[in-house]
Formats: sequence, structure tokens, C-alpha cells
Amino acid sequence: MKKIIALLLAAAMAVSATACSSGGAASSAAGSSAAPAGDPSSAAKATYKVSMVTDTGGVNDQSFNQLSWEGLQKLKADVGADVSYTESKQEADYATNLDKAVDDQNDLIWGVGFAMGDAILNAAKANPDVRFAIVDNQYEETPSNLTAVVFRAQEPSFLVGYIAAKTTKTDKVGFVGGVKSDVIGQFEYGYKAGVAYGAKEMGKKIEVVAQYAESFVDSAKGKAIASKMFSGGCDIVFHAAGNVGTGVIEAAKEANKYAIGVDKDQAFLAPNNVLTSALKKVDKAVEEVSKEIMDGKATGGTTISLGVKEDAAGIPEEHKLMGEETYKAAVALQDQIKDGKLVPPASEDDYNTFVKNLK
Amino acid sequence: MLTSILLLLGITMMYSTPLVFGALGGVISERSGVTNIGIEGMMTMGALTAASVSFYTGNPWLGFLAAGAAGAVIALLHAIASITFNADQTISGIAINLLGPGFALFFCRLLFDNAAMTPPVKTLPKLFGENAFHGTPAESLNVDVTVLLALIATVIIWFVLYKTKWGLRIRSVGEYPAAADTLGINVTRTRYLCVLMSGVLAGFGGASMTLAIISQFNQTAISGQGFIALAAVIFGKWTPFGAYGACMLFGLAQALTVVLGGSDSSVMLPSQILAMLPYVLTIIVLVLFVGRSVAPKADGVPYEKGER
Repeated sequence: MKKIIALLLAAAMAVSATACSSGGAASSAAGSSAAPAGDPSSAAKATYKVSMVTDTGGVNDQSFNQLSWEGLQKLKADVGADVSYTESKQEADYATNLDKAVDDQNDLIWGVGFAMGDAILNAAKANPDVRFAIVDNQYEETPSNLTAVVFRAQEPSFLVGYIAAKTTKTDKVGFVGGVKSDVIGQFEYGYKAGVAYGAKEMGKKIEVVAQYAESFVDSAKGKAIASKMFSGGCDIVFHAAGNVGTGVIEAAKEANKYAIGVDKDQAFLAPNNVLTSALKKVDKAVEEVSKEIMDGKATGGTTISLGVKEDAAGIPEEHKLMGEETYKAAVALQDQIKDGKLVPPASEDDYNTFVKNLK
Repeated sequence: MLTSILLLLGITMMYSTPLVFGALGGVISERSGVTNIGIEGMMTMGALTAASVSFYTGNPWLGFLAAGAAGAVIALLHAIASITFNADQTISGIAINLLGPGFALFFCRLLFDNAAMTPPVKTLPKLFGENAFHGTPAESLNVDVTVLLALIATVIIWFVLYKTKWGLRIRSVGEYPAAADTLGINVTRTRYLCVLMSGVLAGFGGASMTLAIISQFNQTAISGQGFIALAAVIFGKWTPFGAYGACMLFGLAQALTVVLGGSDSSVMLPSQILAMLPYVLTIIVLVLFVGRSVAPKADGVPYEKGER
């Protein structure tokens, strides 16, 4: 008897764990099941249906997923598309959630984050008549119904690097990366180039210390690395390291130095210590690319690269911690990047060439 | 050089504190004969509760205490399942590990406008006050007050386990519950108390992450610390100081990767190799210096009265 009760209890625990964590998806599930999946005669189907599947961060992650959803909501407001989302609780959910989105007769399905890269690719191959798009991932061979959207992260990184160079008093700044990869390399070398550009302009030598945490989640390690940099003479540290960066910003707060945020404006984490942020405007990207796909301008099979020029990357307008002049100079640089007069490097080789040409 | 050494010490202590609390929780529970692999889940609940209470009351100490209470509530489930209903303790622990993060996210969304993280909250003070030694190398030693609390907790648990009547009872229940029972020790009550205490400590561990190391709760605030703490329990041979030492060693190894890493370091090792250091070092120490580690005899075995 006792064993049966115990078993039930354990089962109840397991069920409640899944039940409560899927609370947020209820609205979208309910919304989509309301639409009759049985006979969607093509004539009756007036509105364009767009759905997105989040990665494990959930739709309110205050980052990519949330921004993507904001982009879709804007799309709904602008062109009246029918938008919905499904949250993935674990990586195993990606495929099933994508299947569900296909079953719900969506015209376009977004996958958010490079973690979903393979799942989206498989779904696109299995459903050639549905259009797919993915944020922050690209493929060697993109299926003709899949659009990959990537950001030129080196551009906003260049701008914050320039701001760091103009702001530093110790002539030594830091960079904390997540896991060493080409994507994080864009941030690192864009930033270093920005610092070098600023240093050259002022005729100074500014040292950049870079270190990788080899993690995107270990906040304590981020804090430790940043503390080391601050005690080693850096006064500004830029991070491209996910939640490791939470620790970087915390270290800046404690040392009363500056940190530079990433992806979104992270000033809310430490209003007096986050100097600026290297923004990826995912909302803008999702909205614009959705429109292009709806209008038939982009059909798929391509990788769309977005940056400062498309207004999909940049720095926040808030700039109370830096000099007015510095901000204006950064905005001027932003315009140069827009015009194509200035091309920030995205890799070590490009960076070396860039620095050589500065002299 | 001095700066580096002080930095190393500071990082070691910062890094190991949540692990120490978690490991102490494991020690006390397993000493009474209940395997507790749910430390991670309990820490996550503690981490969220600490940040939420600190945010809404503005008092981090209340948050710290509330985290202990939250850990105990989750631990109660484990106790009911594994002590009263004799369930498989591993399965119950796994359920707790699924339940903890799920619950934490659920409550976080409930309390903070559907967000998966809390706003920044007021944190616990530093050991020597906010700006002590500012700008000097000794600044690295101005660690969080939780570092001291973890050491005190270790001493208290060592004292209770080895120097009091209570401790003797706990250990006897963990080694040979039937014998303890015949001597009039209430096995069920002792185990309940220990599992609850383990929840409190794990909750403190979570709190020392969100109220000292970072000042907010997010989904990855606790990511694996509970499991490392479990390893530290075994590493430390189920003793409080052993577990403390194991956590310190792991913290030191992490601190070494931080201090040795970076583009300005004189040791030019790839960061991927450096990142392996804590694990490699742990294995080496385990093999060379620790030797055989024996669990309490009745660890993980439900006690049924009258069973032979």
C-alpha cells in the first residue's frame, strides 16, 4: 500500500513539474487549437499565419525570445498577421513544437536561437511547402524554404569598443567571452578594432585583455574573471557571454567600474555601471524579415545578414555615463558603418589587417 | 604576485560558498541514512526565494532565512516520499531536481510580471563593509559574509555530529537503524529532521548565489552546483570538514583557471584546456590522496520497522 502511495506521490511531483513549467504555452496552444485544423479551405484562409518556437529560455527571457515575440506582435499590429508562439521547455521539444506549428497551418514558422538550428533544418526539409526562418544561425546549404537571419555582431561591438577607448582612464579594457567560437569572435574582434580605432584617433595605446569563461551560464566565473580584470587595471569590461555576463556586471558594480552589456540594453542590471550595450535588434529583424517573406521578396534558401545599416544593430540612446562628445562621435562612426566607409572586422585575420591599415 | 595570490583566495572562497552549503546539506541527510540527490532542486528554490524576498522586503537577511525555509519545504516532499512512504530515494531526488527549477520558474513568472528573471535585488553585506580596502590588493579578501557563514555552519554541523548526543543518534540511524530503534531512538523523526535540515542548508546555498555572487535570480543561477556539492560529499567522505575541503579544492581549481587564463597571462594555455583543470585536478586528488570513501551503511535504504 505504502509503495503505491509513494509511487503516486512521485508521479504527482513529476507531473506538477511539467505542468507548471508549461503554463506560459497554454495561451498559444489554446489559440491555435481554436482554429479548425480540419478543413482550412485555401479561400477562407485570409490572414497570414506566423508562429514562433522559442528555445529553452522561454518567451519572457528578456532577450532573444522576448524580442522575437515583440517583433511578431508588431507585425500583427502593422499588417494584421495572425501570430502565435510555442515555448520549448527542453531541447527535445524543438522538433515536436515545430511539428505542432506545421499542423496548425502556419505559413511561416520562426525558430529562435542557434540552439534550434538542426531542428529547424530538419523541419524545413520535411515540410517543403511551409516557410521557415531562424534567428542567429546559418547553414552551409540552406533549403529553399528556409531563411537564415544572422547579425553582424562586430558592428555594435566596434561601436562599444570605440566608446570604451574614449572613456577609459587606465588605458586598459577587458573582454569576457562565453564559449570560444566564430560567433563570439565577431564580438571580440569587433570590440578590439573599435578600441584600436579610438586609441589611434587619440594617439594613445590602449591594451585589451580578453578571456573566455568557456560557459554561458556560470555567473560566478564571469564575476571572477571580471574581478581579476578590474584588479589588474582594467576599468571597462565588455562581455558577450550570456548569463556569465550577469557576473561581469555584478563585478563592475562591486568594483565601481564600468561594464558593457550585450544583445539588449542591460543598463537595468546596474544603472550606474553599465556604460552602454552592443545591441542586436532581434525584434526589428523578425518583423522586417517576416514582412519580406510575406511579400514574397525573400523566399528562402538564403542567409540574410543584418547590422547597423539595416538598423538591426547599434547602441542604446541612453548615454548618461559617457561624455556627450563620445556619444556623438560614436553615432558619427555608426553613420560611417552604415555608408560602408568603415567595415569592422569579424575575425582575427580581418582584425590584424584592419589594425595594420590604421597606421 | 601578492595581488594574484589574494585574488586566488578571494575567488576560491566566493566560488566554493554555495557548494559548501549544498554539500553540508548532503552530509547531514546522508549521515541519517537518506540519500539526497535533490540538492540542486532545493538550491534553485532557495535561490529564487532569496531574491524574491529580498526584492519585496528590501532586507537580504530575511531573504536568506526565507531561502532556508523554502529549501525545507521542498525537502519535506523528499522526506515524506522517502521516509514515510519508503519510496526509492534516487527517484524522489530526481523528481525534486525537476520540480525545483520548474517551481522556481513558475513562481518567478507569477511574482515578476511573467519574467524569467528577477530584477536586481539588495545583496548581503561584505565581510568588512562596502568599501573596505578599496583600491588595495587586500580588496580581494573582502569577501561576502556568506563565506564566513558557510565556515560557521561547517563547524556547527561537525560539532553536532561528533560531539553531541544528537549527533551520535543521527550517525547510528544512518549506520544501523534497527539497532538505533531498539535503543529507543525514533528513526523516522531523526531522519525527517535531518532531511529538513539538509533542505535548509541547500536553500542557504541557493541564497548565497543570488544574494552575494550575483544580485538576481535567473534560470541558470544554479546550474550544476548541487551536483558538484554531491560529489564533494563523497569526496569528503561524508564528513563536514571533508566536504568543506572538497568544495574549497574545487573552488581553488576554478580560481586557478580564472587567474591563469586570459590574453595577458604568462601561461598561454588554450581556454578550453584550462576549463578542464578543475575536473582533472579533482580526479587526480581523488585518486592520489583521498582513497576509499565509504558511505554510511544504511544510506539510501528505507527503514521498515521489524524487517530483518
